[in-house]
Amino acid sequence: MPVYLDNNATTALDPRVLDAMLPFLKDIHGNPSSVHRYGRLTRNAVEHARMQVAQLVAASPEQVIFTSGGTEANNLAILGSLSNKQPSQLAISAIEHASVTEPARTLTRQGWELDYINVDADGRLDEDSFRSTVSDQTALLSVMLANNETGSLQPVQELAQQLADKQLLFHSDASQVAGKLAINFTDLGIDMMTLSSHKFYGPQGAGALIAKRSIELEPVIHGGGQERGLRNGTENIPAIVGFGAAAELARLELEQNSQHSEILKQQLLSELNRIQGLTLFSQLHESLPNTIQFALENFDGEALLMYLDKQGIAVSSGSACHSQAGAPSHVLLAMGVSPELAKNAIRVSFGKNNQTDDVSVFIKALKEITLSSPQSMCAG
Amino acid sequence: MSDIKLPIYFDYSATTPVDQRVADAMIQCMTVDGNFGNPASRSHAFGWNSEEAVETARGHVAALINADPREIVWTSGATESDNLAIKGVAHFYKKNGKHIITCKTEHKAVLDTCRQLEREGYEVTYLDPEPSGLIDHNKLKDAMRDDTILVSIMHVNNEIGIIQDIAAIGELCRERKIIFHVDAAQSAGKVDIDLQQMKVDLMSFSAHKIYGPKGIGALYVRRKPRIRLEAQIHGGGHERGMRSGTLATHQIVGMGEAFRIAKQEMQTENDRIMKLRNRLWNGFKDMEEVYLNGDFEHRTAGNLNVSFNFVEGESLIMALKDIAVSSGSACTSASLEPSYVLRALGRSDELAHSSLRFTIGRYTTEAEIDYTIELVKRAVNKLRDLSPLWDMFKEGIDLNSVEWAAH
Amino acid sequence: MAYSEKVMEHYENPRNVGTLDKDASNVGTGMVGAPACGDVMRLQIQVSDDGVIENAVFKTYGCGSAIASSSLVTEWMKGKTLEEAKQIKNMDIAEELALPPVKVHCSVLAEDAISAAVEDYLKKKQAD
Repeated sequence: MPVYLDNNATTALDPRVLDAMLPFLKDIHGNPSSVHRYGRLTRNAVEHARMQVAQLVAASPEQVIFTSGGTEANNLAILGSLSNKQPSQLAISAIEHASVTEPARTLTRQGWELDYINVDADGRLDEDSFRSTVSDQTALLSVMLANNETGSLQPVQELAQQLADKQLLFHSDASQVAGKLAINFTDLGIDMMTLSSHKFYGPQGAGALIAKRSIELEPVIHGGGQERGLRNGTENIPAIVGFGAAAELARLELEQNSQHSEILKQQLLSELNRIQGLTLFSQLHESLPNTIQFALENFDGEALLMYLDKQGIAVSSGSACHSQAGAPSHVLLAMGVSPELAKNAIRVSFGKNNQTDDVSVFIKALKEITLSSPQSMCAG
Repeated sequence: MSDIKLPIYFDYSATTPVDQRVADAMIQCMTVDGNFGNPASRSHAFGWNSEEAVETARGHVAALINADPREIVWTSGATESDNLAIKGVAHFYKKNGKHIITCKTEHKAVLDTCRQLEREGYEVTYLDPEPSGLIDHNKLKDAMRDDTILVSIMHVNNEIGIIQDIAAIGELCRERKIIFHVDAAQSAGKVDIDLQQMKVDLMSFSAHKIYGPKGIGALYVRRKPRIRLEAQIHGGGHERGMRSGTLATHQIVGMGEAFRIAKQEMQTENDRIMKLRNRLWNGFKDMEEVYLNGDFEHRTAGNLNVSFNFVEGESLIMALKDIAVSSGSACTSASLEPSYVLRALGRSDELAHSSLRFTIGRYTTEAEIDYTIELVKRAVNKLRDLSPLWDMFKEGIDLNSVEWAAH
Repeated sequence: MAYSEKVMEHYENPRNVGTLDKDASNVGTGMVGAPACGDVMRLQIQVSDDGVIENAVFKTYGCGSAIASSSLVTEWMKGKTLEEAKQIKNMDIAEELALPPVKVHCSVLAEDAISAAVEDYLKKKQAD
């Protein structure tokens, strides 16, 4: 049985979520915009899921805009809130996911100034850099709630309090936090927040932007008028139903799942600390309970991943969306890690299906390789 | 009639049930004992297996339309495909011109996108179709200008099912070096598409119109001559940078399976559905004041769009709660406007308000058709007894001569 | 769109469907709406010499809410004086039938039909 330790990339669907989805895949077909009975059944299902998602993050259902995933939600937040505004400045953290960075970069072609807020060596937003970057000119600020690679939590609520008297829009990508730690959208004091279903045992192909109703958003996808005209196109009913069911399970089992991950994480940490030449990135107390990123000196990350895969262990270097590029992680570089060491990075992300044995298998494989020489591994 | 399960579904153009074979293939890609990985994960077998499944599905989609798999870009559905094609071309080629041609009977995904481009400073010509629903190719030619960068015409109309001659339109566009986009959401799996032959540059597809899942679609982007697009959703660079966002493996696999089945079964299925559709029309056509909307010959097998004059469509649907049909497009039926498609054909508001769309599909039976004919006849008669317009018609009053107090 | 039970009930069993002789001096006819807008209501009242509505009938081309609204007002109008009938307001109809916001115009149309029928009757009477 292979060992899957890449739960920040995607999670396996919870069988109970599948059960909730199956009727909508098989028996209840219908377009929610249709007035007949089939249409109404699916419309009700969408609204129920909207409530379930809202409850997970203590938002109200009318603040939930369903999208095809986290990437689209991030695009909607950034492009949708700014595309009709006079260009000024927007600020994002230096460690954002590409689905925040890239839409922000496209705005620069329309005359927007884009500034990045630095992070410290632990991957936490740098206060000085924040103060010098965010000003009265800032129209939008986007800071992720937790980083997908290092797991570092960002002080989003504190920042929102500092900015309470400012006009700017505050968006946070919470894709990695939902289902792992409690989130209260209202208490966070931000304007928009991104969620992704497949990061917490829901199906791929569903996500949401949580947005205050007062925010004027322009759709990124036009036509049809679904989701109050903000996200057009026939709703992906089974995925939305699954997203809702996953959100409800995540809410009810949050503490249990979080503790389970934390135990595995601590177990792995204590083992990793005994390995020579190993650097742990981001040792913050405020971090995701399931994520550890580290590097072995002189062990090329790519080769190590291949070796582990042969042993039946699935981990990654960081973001799945970056694994094509082969470039060192922009997150680690922003933390001041050298490019050489950053290229060696390995990320382990636990999930509720992992067991203590998985940690032992991983550690055993890692120890075997550290005993052989790095050169021989690369040749093999 | 005991074998008929109510309500009977006659709304296959709004959405279709997922084929059991498709559902089975999808479930294989979801849970922990299946192929659930992120296809962008390059460091382990979970990711590779998912990627392989995605590529197999891409092959199935390409095969149905005789294209190269590398020309297929996954999206969240036909609406997104239309947005990506139209905005993507407009933004990328804006230096060549800012004029776009489309038709008044296109889906909202195309029309609303064009409206957005107008707000951005583009100029859009909306062609009027002929009363049959078909486009007069001379009028299209006349509308073409030196600064025209894109023509967007749908293959099969969602409301009236008429089939445009996109092969001929493609020739006209290629002659003028204008990029040609086709919304094929309603035609894939129903009408032959051969993109080696047809000079179509971009084509939008949806899975849930042909027994695949909702939430997944594709855009065909021609490689020779190469068409460039500006991405509309930005991020991790998936789909060669044209469409970022984690690929939903199970959805893609479902779409692939649906397209594979469609290629295999299209011919026999069309023959069967056409017989059922004609049976339905034969049941209606001898009633008084019944009108077929759109051309009968150039029409997909499963579509029947009929106006029952002097009966209002929504009240008719209410009387027909044992069958699921739509009046006009599902996307506009929450509004009070009559179908803009029928209006564009030159149908009067009354006839547009009196229209029903029956769309027949894979699971429709002859018994359901016969049951429906009787049900509709009864309902139409009941509502005509209630209708002051029917009274006036019977008295020989020309409704056009009446001065109505519009409100 | 989900219809309320009351709308469904009136739609299934419409009250007072019919036609009165529009040329009779004791009959008032109100026809409002337009086919192009998707609803036409024809409301007719038969009024006694002392100004009481003895009979009210309708025919309506329109959605279920329009049919229910006209059916309901024929019930309400019977036995009322012309003055009392004119007090029936669209919000009363909308409330009784639990019409959703997009259907409130049906109740407005019904109110217009009442006024038009009463006006027509009064005009005839003046001409007598």
